Amino acid sequence: MTEESWLLEVRNMKKYFPVRKGIFKNVVGHIKAVDDVNLYIKEGETLGLVGESGCGKTTLGRSILQLGGRPTAGDVLFRSKRLADSGQAYKEINIASASRNLLKSLRQDIQIIFQDPYSSLDPRMKVASIIGEPLYVHGVAKGSEVEDRVRYLLESVGLNPVHMGRFPHQFSGGQRQRIGIARAIALEPQLIIADEPVSSLDVSIRAQVVNLLQDLQARLGLTYLFIAHDLSLIKYISDRIAVMYLGKVVEMADAKELFLNPKHPYTEALMSAVPVPDPRYEIKQILLSGDVPSPLNPPSGCYFHTRCPYSKDICKRELPQYRDIGGGHFVACHYADSLSLNGVRMN
Amino acid sequence: MSVLLEVKNLRTNFYIDAGVAHAVNGVEFTIDREKTLGVVGESGCGKSVTALSIMRLIRPPGKIETGEILFHKDGSVIDLNKLEPMGHEMRSIRGNEIAMIFQEPMTSLNPVYTIGTQIMESIILHQRLSRNDARDKAVEMLESVGIPSPEMRIKEYPHQLSGGMRQRAMIAMAISCNPSLLIADEPTTALDVTIQAQVLNLMNQLRTEFRAAIMFITHDLGVIAHMVNDVVVMYLGRIVEKASVDDIFYNPKHPYTKGLMASIPSLTTTKEKRLIPIKGVVPEIMQVGQGCGFESRCPEKMEICARTTPPLVEVAPGHFAACWHHVKEGRA
Repeated sequence: MTEESWLLEVRNMKKYFPVRKGIFKNVVGHIKAVDDVNLYIKEGETLGLVGESGCGKTTLGRSILQLGGRPTAGDVLFRSKRLADSGQAYKEINIASASRNLLKSLRQDIQIIFQDPYSSLDPRMKVASIIGEPLYVHGVAKGSEVEDRVRYLLESVGLNPVHMGRFPHQFSGGQRQRIGIARAIALEPQLIIADEPVSSLDVSIRAQVVNLLQDLQARLGLTYLFIAHDLSLIKYISDRIAVMYLGKVVEMADAKELFLNPKHPYTEALMSAVPVPDPRYEIKQILLSGDVPSPLNPPSGCYFHTRCPYSKDICKRELPQYRDIGGGHFVACHYADSLSLNGVRMN
Repeated sequence: MSVLLEVKNLRTNFYIDAGVAHAVNGVEFTIDREKTLGVVGESGCGKSVTALSIMRLIRPPGKIETGEILFHKDGSVIDLNKLEPMGHEMRSIRGNEIAMIFQEPMTSLNPVYTIGTQIMESIILHQRLSRNDARDKAVEMLESVGIPSPEMRIKEYPHQLSGGMRQRAMIAMAISCNPSLLIADEPTTALDVTIQAQVLNLMNQLRTEFRAAIMFITHDLGVIAHMVNDVVVMYLGRIVEKASVDDIFYNPKHPYTKGLMASIPSLTTTKEKRLIPIKGVVPEIMQVGQGCGFESRCPEKMEICARTTPPLVEVAPGHFAACWHHVKEGRA
């Protein structure tokens, strides 16, 4: 990897969940939700993380923040500006092995926006407390400062500050998601993990929230890890994209490069499956057979070989190496160099 | 092309504590034999209630107020709205002539019966086959929707199948009596994109094979673009635009349709335009006044829009829109 100014780097991260059975709750296996993932996020960019349900994209996002405990293995390196020693631009911290106190402090730098704006806001708290709480907890503001700050934050996300005394149920879905965003930017973080932030919203509301996220990024210099299953949205918002399948990142590249020149058969199939909102667009679908295998018992060799239309013998035996094939285009496929795959035909 | 279903001035209300919700408010459309009609709209626009009204599955506090639901069958015309919802005649049509696929296959299949039992039930009921023949037919149906080893699968319960498999089983059940109209209410919304592609592909195959007309309800414009011939766009219980799929995408007339098109990102543009959102939110259906329902969010609103609801007029041959901007040029 080039020594560019990455903000976060995930190295060989694994997150396994034990499966227990029987009266003695013996561990009978592990769900490999995140299985040896490598990726990095550059400062100021949006890295899109895309994949189907159950591929581990949410777990990956949560594991970075250590919501749900430490990763089973691997490193999560983060370059914090706030904690930098004097004279230094940043301080590199391994979140995966950080102490509790350091971890708490780091949550000022990394925030998360959740998918469901109904369950991620405490129904018994007023908006002022929801957004103000992180300010109190981290000692960023006190007393009347908090109120001023909440007022300002509400305005930044396009809500009327007069409504700060209201409860979440008095807002629509789109407005609640704005409250979630206000809470996430309250501590002026460097990185925001946005986990499907618009998928629970109505179609006509999504664009409002997407535009808001982009405006905030430009204004506050935020970096996003944007998790979504909607490829059109991912393409629209991301600078670079990582594609996950069954707990692994199978491909990561520049957004445009990925769509025009995919190197992993799964990426190709995923892109061809998206229904394009244009009746004159002729789709050349690559229909994958079957379902995603269980992460409890993933296939041998390449995890995708059971559904891959190009699968050969070696794919059943050996796990392909995840490697840079040039220009920061990472892929894990034995035949990445020889296959000629179709990207999206652009108009 | 012969007409299969005509819906005329359909009004379905829900009488709830807060008042009367006009969930479907004067909806009119036709579906021709072997054609597909797409119904697009956001949650709460009345698209599912329209489907349930056709199936006569509206239960209190809901009530079909007025309207005709004319179903053409063997040269005769039956007004479904005049039939007793649970009467013999309606029951011989529901599930047999008109079948429905629901959004969430986990909740619309009965968890305590096997897949086979559930498919056989409608076959035995409508086609009067013996249990053994019905079982053979169920296996055949499961095979035709691409479920591997169907003899084993008919003995399984819904929870033993994956989401995509369950939706296939639902489709098998719906087409088992060879219906002339299939109503699919968000059939792929709960599915992943690669599985969605499989199911949509299957539905297209079955349409040609079984020659059924499909009413396809969805909020996904991408799915609409590839699945249907004609489109009805609904907003707050009313049809705001009705046209061929090509006209809807290439020549939308209603500001709401135009707004929807501009607010979704496209997979196929190299140059990223900024998304243009529709401002505001969908108003509460109880609070809609006399005017056009879209008035509060419309970028092109005029004075008249707040006062009177625009009629649905033909703005070009086969292209209808309900917008005051088009009333003069069209004919009511």
